[in-house]
Amino acid sequence: MSGMATGLRALRLSALTPAQRVMGLFGFWLVLAVCGPFFAPYAPGQIIDTEVFAPLSHRHWLGTDYLGRDLGSRLLYAVRYTVLICTLSTAFSCGCGVLLGIATTATPAWVEQIAGRLMDGILSIPSLLCALLVIAAFGDSLLALVLTLGVIYTPGAYRTSRALALRIARMDYITVAVARGEGALFIIWREILPNMRGPLLADVGLRFIYAVLLLSNLSFLGLGVQPPLVDLGSLVRENVLGLVYGSGAVILPTIVIGVLTVGINLVLDGTSRR
Amino acid sequence: MNARLARLVLRRIGAALCSLLFVVVAIFALTAALPGDVADMLLGQNATPDATQALRHALHLDQPLWLRFMHWCGGMLHGNAGNSLLTGRPVSEMLAPRLYNSLLLAGATTLVAVPLALVLGLACATWRDSVFDRVMTVLTLGIVSVPAFLIATVSVFVFAVQFRVVPALSDIRSIHSVGQFFLTFAMPVATLASITMAQMIRMIRACMIDVFSAPYMEMAVIKGVPPIRIMLHHALPNAIGPVANAIALSLSSLLGGVVVIETIFNYPGLAQLMVDSVMSRDVPIIQACTLLFCMTYLFLTTLADIVALASVPKGRGA
Amino acid sequence: MSRAHMISVRNLDIVGHRPDGGTVPIVRDVSLEVREGQMLALIGESGSGKTTIALSLLGHVRPGCTISGGQITVAGHDVTSMTRHELRGFRGRTISYVAQNAGTAFNPALSIAQQVIEPARVHWAMTRQQAERKMIDLFRALALPEPETIGARYPYQLSGGQLQRLMAAMALITDPEIVVFDEPTTALDVTTQIEVLAAFRTVLADRGITGVYVTHDLAIVAQIADHAVVLRHGQVRESGTVARILGNPQDEYTRELVAACRIPPRATPCAPMASAREDRVLDLSDVIVGYGNRTAEGLPERRILDHISLSVPRGSTLGIIGESGCGKSTLARTISGLQPWAAGQVVFRGQALAPAVADRTREQRRRLQIVAQNADLVLNPAWRIGATIERVLTFFHGMKGAEARAEAMRLLDMVRLPHALLERYPAELSGGQKQRVNFARALAARPDLVLCDEITAALDPVVAAAILELMAELQETLGISYIFITHDLHAVRAVCDQVAVLYAGHVVEQCDSQSLTAGAHHPYTRLLVSSVPEMRAGWLADAMALRHAEGAPAAQRRTDGGCQFFSRCDMRMPGQCDRGPVPVHTLPDGARIACYRSCADLAFPGGVAPAVPLPSYES
Ligand SMILES: Nc1ncnc2c1ncn2[C@@H]1O[C@H](COP(=O)(O)OP(=O)(O)O)[C@@H](O)[C@H]1O
Ligand code: SF4
Ligand SMILES: [Mg+2]
Repeated sequence: MSGMATGLRALRLSALTPAQRVMGLFGFWLVLAVCGPFFAPYAPGQIIDTEVFAPLSHRHWLGTDYLGRDLGSRLLYAVRYTVLICTLSTAFSCGCGVLLGIATTATPAWVEQIAGRLMDGILSIPSLLCALLVIAAFGDSLLALVLTLGVIYTPGAYRTSRALALRIARMDYITVAVARGEGALFIIWREILPNMRGPLLADVGLRFIYAVLLLSNLSFLGLGVQPPLVDLGSLVRENVLGLVYGSGAVILPTIVIGVLTVGINLVLDGTSRR
Repeated sequence: MNARLARLVLRRIGAALCSLLFVVVAIFALTAALPGDVADMLLGQNATPDATQALRHALHLDQPLWLRFMHWCGGMLHGNAGNSLLTGRPVSEMLAPRLYNSLLLAGATTLVAVPLALVLGLACATWRDSVFDRVMTVLTLGIVSVPAFLIATVSVFVFAVQFRVVPALSDIRSIHSVGQFFLTFAMPVATLASITMAQMIRMIRACMIDVFSAPYMEMAVIKGVPPIRIMLHHALPNAIGPVANAIALSLSSLLGGVVVIETIFNYPGLAQLMVDSVMSRDVPIIQACTLLFCMTYLFLTTLADIVALASVPKGRGA
Repeated sequence: MSRAHMISVRNLDIVGHRPDGGTVPIVRDVSLEVREGQMLALIGESGSGKTTIALSLLGHVRPGCTISGGQITVAGHDVTSMTRHELRGFRGRTISYVAQNAGTAFNPALSIAQQVIEPARVHWAMTRQQAERKMIDLFRALALPEPETIGARYPYQLSGGQLQRLMAAMALITDPEIVVFDEPTTALDVTTQIEVLAAFRTVLADRGITGVYVTHDLAIVAQIADHAVVLRHGQVRESGTVARILGNPQDEYTRELVAACRIPPRATPCAPMASAREDRVLDLSDVIVGYGNRTAEGLPERRILDHISLSVPRGSTLGIIGESGCGKSTLARTISGLQPWAAGQVVFRGQALAPAVADRTREQRRRLQIVAQNADLVLNPAWRIGATIERVLTFFHGMKGAEARAEAMRLLDMVRLPHALLERYPAELSGGQKQRVNFARALAARPDLVLCDEITAALDPVVAAAILELMAELQETLGISYIFITHDLHAVRAVCDQVAVLYAGHVVEQCDSQSLTAGAHHPYTRLLVSSVPEMRAGWLADAMALRHAEGAPAAQRRTDGGCQFFSRCDMRMPGQCDRGPVPVHTLPDGARIACYRSCADLAFPGGVAPAVPLPSYES
């Protein structure tokens, strides 16, 4: 009886730790991104109807887009590209940022100086402009997009993790470990990182949202994901005329972006308030 | 102004100049890394090698990279940013009217956003956790977590398409009266301001809450100081620095927003020119636009830091 | 309600609100009374609700708390039923407050004068000129330096002791009937504390002010209060006159508290000073630690520790005392290899130690353990207690699994903690428990020497006394040696064999811990010893009578080689003490004192033979 009660309690949202909540929500989107397209009834580029901006029907659940393609299928692919590109770029920025941030707490001062200057430099270019510049130079291939978003958000991750690591490195338990003669790797991996997990996770969530916003804006401007590929931003862009008819083709991707970012942000905001 | 403050300010300006140098190098390096040759691109596929060679010479493309960099920097310093590859007109000449338009838009937005954000952020912090604060939190959180184009499209849909109160596109050439002026600007400024304000309100709220929870604020209450005086005399001097920083940082989102908003409303500003140039790879224009934006941004953040320094006695060395 | 009771609190209940909507009692059924002109002490450990009660007298509760019952009457006002407007006129006018930490309670953006005269201005009590004149008078009465101009400064430019007195001036500017002091000297060094206390007492006595004094230090209660209330977990345990509570406590907790403040000096005889080299576990000679540019001799320009020579006899305890910032913690970090020295030598068990921990052998690291100051920062919050201790066992002894677990349990037994703690996280432990785990972790290495850096500083007196007892016990059974860093002279007498006095990075004296109150001593040692409050009425007056010079704040460190203590010394000899290296005397019992004065001079405090007048202080 009590076992069941605890089981139930674990299922309740409020019983989850903040980290579990963020991971859970993120996991949901990742699964949707990877598996969603397998359930798409049509190929994303297939024109299935002569009627453009068709309303919902049993043939195409979510209606059609400006060329008469199945919106539901396109939406599933769009989620895949948006979520995967942003996940990879966030992994890149947070990976580099955190590694650098922690490493520079232990390296000679000049390394930190150089890294810090470099990061400040990147930070001093507003992110959308930076993205435009890089895309102008390297084009808009998926790899270029991932790397661009990754580099743009590295300084933020670097600053956060460095501040966290510095605060923890001043703790007496680190002093004791150093005096015991523990190696640098042990100290970083076992003593420092476990204590950064919570705040770091919040930071990762934030950078993911930034990446989604930037990618969507770029795609909306026509400079992000290019046809025939599709992401949420470009979906809105190509169907923007449907706005006049109140078509789902423009409203639905908009809602999906909102649910994605606002959802994660609400979870993060709720955790940081406590 | 004393020696200590002067030193700190100079150091801050030095750091900003370092960043500017980084930006200049990065802009040049990235545009120089463009795949393919500009000359090839300009002349198209059926150009003779001779013609390409001549154009390369004319564009100094046959010189080593560093020499081109020096040329470019020298030109920039003299206000000569080269000629557009597309139109062949001097970049500065193309930029000037656009810059004016963009400044108009950004300036109007700042005038609306900053005072409103100050009042609302302060109100949120003062009545923390009240219904008002909660509503504002959800609202601002919603706005900062959706892309700028979304807000713009939704407001076009609502105000221009559904209610037809304002024109959907800003055609500033057709402005002939004050009323028209406001109507034309209303949409872009309102959307841009709401994006910027959301960011500012959140940041201002956070720093005001920080200030309000300081022990000296409790002490002021315990001394029997009236609320108005606590606000003006005790909280304000300590809030100026952080709030200035918050405002400067949110102006970064304003710059990003300008790019999107100008495109959506077809507003003939700098950002729209830049987006068009990125599509057509008009390098000199991209370079000049980015540089202008970055300089604005650096100027504002540096200014905020200096204000923050000068606002505390310790920074002033008083 | 007779006017004679300035303050009367009846059945006060205050609750705190938890985020989940529930409430926790913070103050329960507290009643107390203070008559006009009296000083009431609120005594209790941290978290016992002292501050909460003190603030409620001003009608103020911290956000998240509410007064849920009872009545508070202050100077004829029913505080709980006053409107906001009435409260504003009442606070700072009828009753005022001196906060625990003046460093944060002053607004960093405003000058001292602006803040000090503010209560007078907002209550329309006097004109600006009057207020400023009054402020300067108060500064003078509180023995602040440069009373005319100190008001123009900003908080960051002043020391903790000065800020605390300035805060008192702010509280007194409106001539309130009642002043509430919340641990006003807890954050100060003893030598500063005595001056602040003396200043407070004079001012209060002169003005006949009714007061409430919050503290956990019974010795201070004895100096400053007439009546006392002992609190624990938000409830009154005992109340009465100070003489009765200190002399004849009835309640069990009060008795413990009184006992903890009267730790007896150690019963066992001290280890002798002059032991042979091989009898010493640690030897420091002429160690220099610092930072900044190197001078011509390759030594750092700014020195934190300068020519430190110390020795620890095997199986004994060396105490290190000195005020904050004198280099105590740096010394501990230096010995443990975390802060390499620039010059000098450290010999541990007959072997020279490398300056950096990375260059020491595992055996050396094992035998030299450090127990750090802040129990809250010293255990990794992500690790269970078991993992924390077992890591040391694995690291040094290669123990794993069940073997390590069994050893960890044995160690917990040793520090008197239940085995169940092995599965807990540090956040679930109390301060005293954390400090014991901290100790167990050091013992896990089976060390020869343990460096204890202020291990009792953050603990409540009763808990601290138990830790000291544990230390002595472990020394007896395991034969370990300690270096015991502290600013608490009672603790030094309770556990140390010898004591080294540190001032501005110099060892000014090393002597037997039991002889601190007798014989020849360095003037700074004497100042320190005489500043430690004693639990007898009238101590403050006696101690102040013995003082000669107004203690200046810790001066800039001198780099000209003269005596660091010169600017504060009451026996200084201008023209001699302030130049050249200070000579070191070795006394017959092995004690060493660094001073220009002869041993005979130093044996008589307050100057040599009374016939020889002291040199003028103003040189
Ligand atoms: N704002 C608050 N909300 C809830 N609990 C509080 C609040 N302030 C203090 N407490 C709790 O009340 C108890 C007494 O606090 P305090 O009066 O500051 O004790 P003391 O001054 O004796 O150290 C503590 O357990 C503390 O955690
Ligand atoms: S050397 Fe001189 S100034 Fe220093 S402590 Fe001795 S008497 Fe005082
Ligand atoms: Mg307290």
